[in-house]
Amino acid sequence: MSLTYLEAIREAQYEALRKNPNVFLYGQDIGGFGGAFKATKNLQNEFPGRVFDAPISEDAMVGMAIGAAIEGAHPILEMQFADFSSVGFNQVVNQAATLYWRTNTPCPITIRLPSGGTAGSGPFHSQSMEAIYAHYPGLVILTPATVEDAYWMLLDSVECQDPVIFCEHKFLYYHLKSESFGNRELPIGKARIARPGRHATVVTYSAMLHESIRAAEELQADGYQVEVVDLRSVKPIDTDTILASVARTGRLLCVGEAFPWGGVTAEVLARVATEAFHLLDAPPQRLNSKDTPIPYHPNLWKAHRPTVASITDALRRLLRD
Amino acid sequence: MLMSRILEDKLASLYRAGRLVGGVYLGKGQEAYSAALGCQLTKGKDILGTFIRDQAARIAWGEPLLDAFRTYFGSVLGPMRGRDGNVHRGRPKEGLPAMISHIGSMTGVVAGMLFARRLQGRLGDAVGVVTIGEGGTSTGAFHEGLNLAAVEKLPLIMAITNNQFSYSTANSRQFACENLIDRAKGYGVDGYTVDGTDLVECLRVVSTAVRRAREGHGPQMIVASLLRLSGHGEHDDASYIPDAMKQSSVGRDCMVVAEQRLIAEGWGTAAEVESWRAECRSAIEKTMAQVTKEPAPDPFKESWRALSTPELAEGMWLE
Repeated sequence: MSLTYLEAIREAQYEALRKNPNVFLYGQDIGGFGGAFKATKNLQNEFPGRVFDAPISEDAMVGMAIGAAIEGAHPILEMQFADFSSVGFNQVVNQAATLYWRTNTPCPITIRLPSGGTAGSGPFHSQSMEAIYAHYPGLVILTPATVEDAYWMLLDSVECQDPVIFCEHKFLYYHLKSESFGNRELPIGKARIARPGRHATVVTYSAMLHESIRAAEELQADGYQVEVVDLRSVKPIDTDTILASVARTGRLLCVGEAFPWGGVTAEVLARVATEAFHLLDAPPQRLNSKDTPIPYHPNLWKAHRPTVASITDALRRLLRD
Repeated sequence: MLMSRILEDKLASLYRAGRLVGGVYLGKGQEAYSAALGCQLTKGKDILGTFIRDQAARIAWGEPLLDAFRTYFGSVLGPMRGRDGNVHRGRPKEGLPAMISHIGSMTGVVAGMLFARRLQGRLGDAVGVVTIGEGGTSTGAFHEGLNLAAVEKLPLIMAITNNQFSYSTANSRQFACENLIDRAKGYGVDGYTVDGTDLVECLRVVSTAVRRAREGHGPQMIVASLLRLSGHGEHDDASYIPDAMKQSSVGRDCMVVAEQRLIAEGWGTAAEVESWRAECRSAIEKTMAQVTKEPAPDPFKESWRALSTPELAEGMWLE
């Protein structure tokens, strides 16, 4: 039997509903229809009265979840696409993210963002929103890259008493498979060494983990052992694990699928440059998408995001320096 | 409403004397409507989602004067502990969510509080009030929130105050429908209009709307017409309000109207009203004297942590 990343999301919600009577699900088309990606398939039947179709009102959906959290519920919201969460942005960053700090009232909500690009999805169904939310104090931003993490980190989100932005990658929904969900191994905020190495470090997260591992495998043929760090959580970021890896390798490439201005890769480079400049043998590098909206045609889309080839190139340049 | 007017006069003078930082936003002219809303609710059961001009509703609902002064002065003993100020205060767990500045966004929050209580089987006949100005009805958040509440048939009272100006913008530049209440039909909710300068009328209409919500008839929309008898904030002289409007019936001061009616009906005497005023002043002076002695926030004792989970806060930002 093999389980997909999407099944992990579905099963984690099943488990959360089963274990915690305060959990409910709210989102567009998630009821009888089971969601645009079927991440809530059959859950309305299995948990009557706890899985609700929402009107197309992202602002009100988030506001509603915050109100429910004040009353002791733990809503899991599904944004149909991460891109549409921009309509609910105000409620997330100004209401949910400030509630505990302003009023000492925790705001335990989980907002699922089906994130990232897939071929043909175009500018408004492909975005990666983690950096824009991570910029605001008061939010936890998770970016699971594996089936196991998709399962356990979603359950972690529901146990968390703070608002969690759960960035699940659509490209991984069907492609990524695992024999089981494994065990809960790392807490929120801890990165994982996905592939050990000693010549260079790639720090990455979400779908780019898999592209980076393949790039590392290509470079193995040239005799390079590239270490790949999976951040898992971009806020909080596990700076210690990043610095420890850079201390071993002396070289850093940070890879992200999001737009290049600012963001997670810039944050990682800033931390390494300020905390560990003396450990670097070459200038730290970063690789992101191009600085345009995300294109529709597969030829353009593949060239817009980092790929195995572009990551491999960037690593070769880094290793030459 | 008397306490509210006297308190707000005090806050305005503290602002002019430079003793309050930030903005001071008053509800002068809408105390009758605001108090009518607050006094229909029961603290501990109902929810009051205020906006900036609801001092009277807060007092009538049961928010202590201490919370007001402590928030204006930033006392660490207040509900906001100096982290937020003035009208941005509340106690969400007690049914008084603390408004954010983004107009309309409390609608969804109050709807969610009601929704969760219903889900948990403890809603009973509780209701939630959301207050908003006529300008707030132009926001997407208002529309989304009220539509959601209507779809869910929640006992939410959308209490709109049409005070003729959104900051300085006249209604002709704010909405194009003849009367805002016409929108109620579009949302599928009951609608009421009321003369917001008339306390007795406000009590009658608000109590009807609240009763209907309690009885399970879904969201109720009220539009009260009145004139804001102050600037948008105390920094604003409101020179854009035409004199003719001030002289018209919409420009009546609800406090004067209420006092005249009260005496004319024999519900109280002028001397009694004066003694109530003295009681209010005394309570206000006493509360203020206490709060001004309380400690202000200390940046060296502040946690500088926005997450409730200590282990998720990154240590590098806490120093």
